[in-house]
Amino acid sequence: MLTTFQMQALLTAAVWTAGLSLIAFVLGGAVGLLIAVMRVSANRVLRGIAFTYIQIVQGTPLLVMMMLAFFGLSILGFDLTPFAAASFAMVIYSSAYFGEIWRGGILAVPKTQWEAAECLALHPVQRFWLVIIPQGLRISTPPTVGFMVQIVKNTSLASVIGVAELTYTSKLINNSTFQPFIIFSVVAVLYFCMCYPLAWWSRKLEDKLNVAHR
Amino acid sequence: MTYTFDFSFLAEYWPQLLKGLVQTAQLSLLSIIFGFLLGTLLAIGRTAQSKLLRRICAIYVEAIRNTPLLVQMFMIYFGLASVGFKLSAEFCAVLAIVINVSSYTCEIMRAGIESVRKGQREASDCLGLTWLQSLFLVVLPPATERVYPALVSQFILIMLATSLVSQISAEELTSTAARIDSMTFRSFEIYTVVALIYIGLAFVFRLGFWALSRLVFPRLRRLGTPL
Repeated sequence: MLTTFQMQALLTAAVWTAGLSLIAFVLGGAVGLLIAVMRVSANRVLRGIAFTYIQIVQGTPLLVMMMLAFFGLSILGFDLTPFAAASFAMVIYSSAYFGEIWRGGILAVPKTQWEAAECLALHPVQRFWLVIIPQGLRISTPPTVGFMVQIVKNTSLASVIGVAELTYTSKLINNSTFQPFIIFSVVAVLYFCMCYPLAWWSRKLEDKLNVAHR
Repeated sequence: MTYTFDFSFLAEYWPQLLKGLVQTAQLSLLSIIFGFLLGTLLAIGRTAQSKLLRRICAIYVEAIRNTPLLVQMFMIYFGLASVGFKLSAEFCAVLAIVINVSSYTCEIMRAGIESVRKGQREASDCLGLTWLQSLFLVVLPPATERVYPALVSQFILIMLATSLVSQISAEELTSTAARIDSMTFRSFEIYTVVALIYIGLAFVFRLGFWALSRLVFPRLRRLGTPL
């Protein structure tokens, strides 16, 4: 079985996994909101840029993005730690998906809301940020929380560029103890404990919003 | 920035990349086909009469969907080897991806099956169809048609996720890239090329699935309107 020291190492690694997820969620969410707004903007160029960005990011495996961030950013002259490179890749990755999720939410806001806001003589910017965005984000809360599960799981890919998160640490311990079933089961359980509450929460939110069809 | 980009290694290594591309496509298609079959079976189990069967399928789906594919892969590859099953890395890779994609397919197909109106089922009962006939002739075709777009998105994601099998030393595009990288030290260039190949492959897959939908769903072909 695992020693106390190994268990401690795993728990520390779990904190790194959680930290990386949090960064991906907060920063990725910020960039994602920008992408979503660009994606529904009236300006054709902005729409095109956001669309291309999403297509490229969603067409590339996260693993390859990790590698590109790790090797690419150092070429550009940034001396980054693996954790920073992994955060960068995760932010890019999650922003594209958030952008697409929130675009759906924004488009789902009934057109009458736009018209009502216009009748109240709100400025276009006010109309968008005070009327449409809050409602759009509310509609897309369940898929957003659902995507957070993906983020937590996908931080496991940061192990390939040497971030000492859960998967990397479990590989290290396995290399010294050769008990793959035990160690990877423990790690799977740790991931499950982080992801399942999110998945459950997402389902609850969905039920709550879906009153009409209950 | 004093870095000079050098893509000249491509002249020498493109046959390897091509081989990796073919391997990735094969791996993806194999996983998608078996994952779809297993996932549909699970979805049938998830909507079955038996409470026990429903519970078992639900636990399977939740367990798989809330753990990373990479950890599942390690568990199968290193775990099975440690208890004496000597399986090739490629086989373990397909096994892990099939297990992973089946749980997602199960949830999508379940939504499809539940969207088929109860009257359809009752009508097929009245016509004297057996349970199996009503399932395959009445319920599954429209169910699949309705959730087809969601399935395609999931399959594209799985195609991208096959890059993870490079971590258990199975041969495909990303592991080919890693090998070329270790010989040429042109990390950024090689991964840029590989990223472009993946984007192209995702596009081809989307096109393929679109063509398949035209072929398999006659309603779409005849009327041009989705369900």
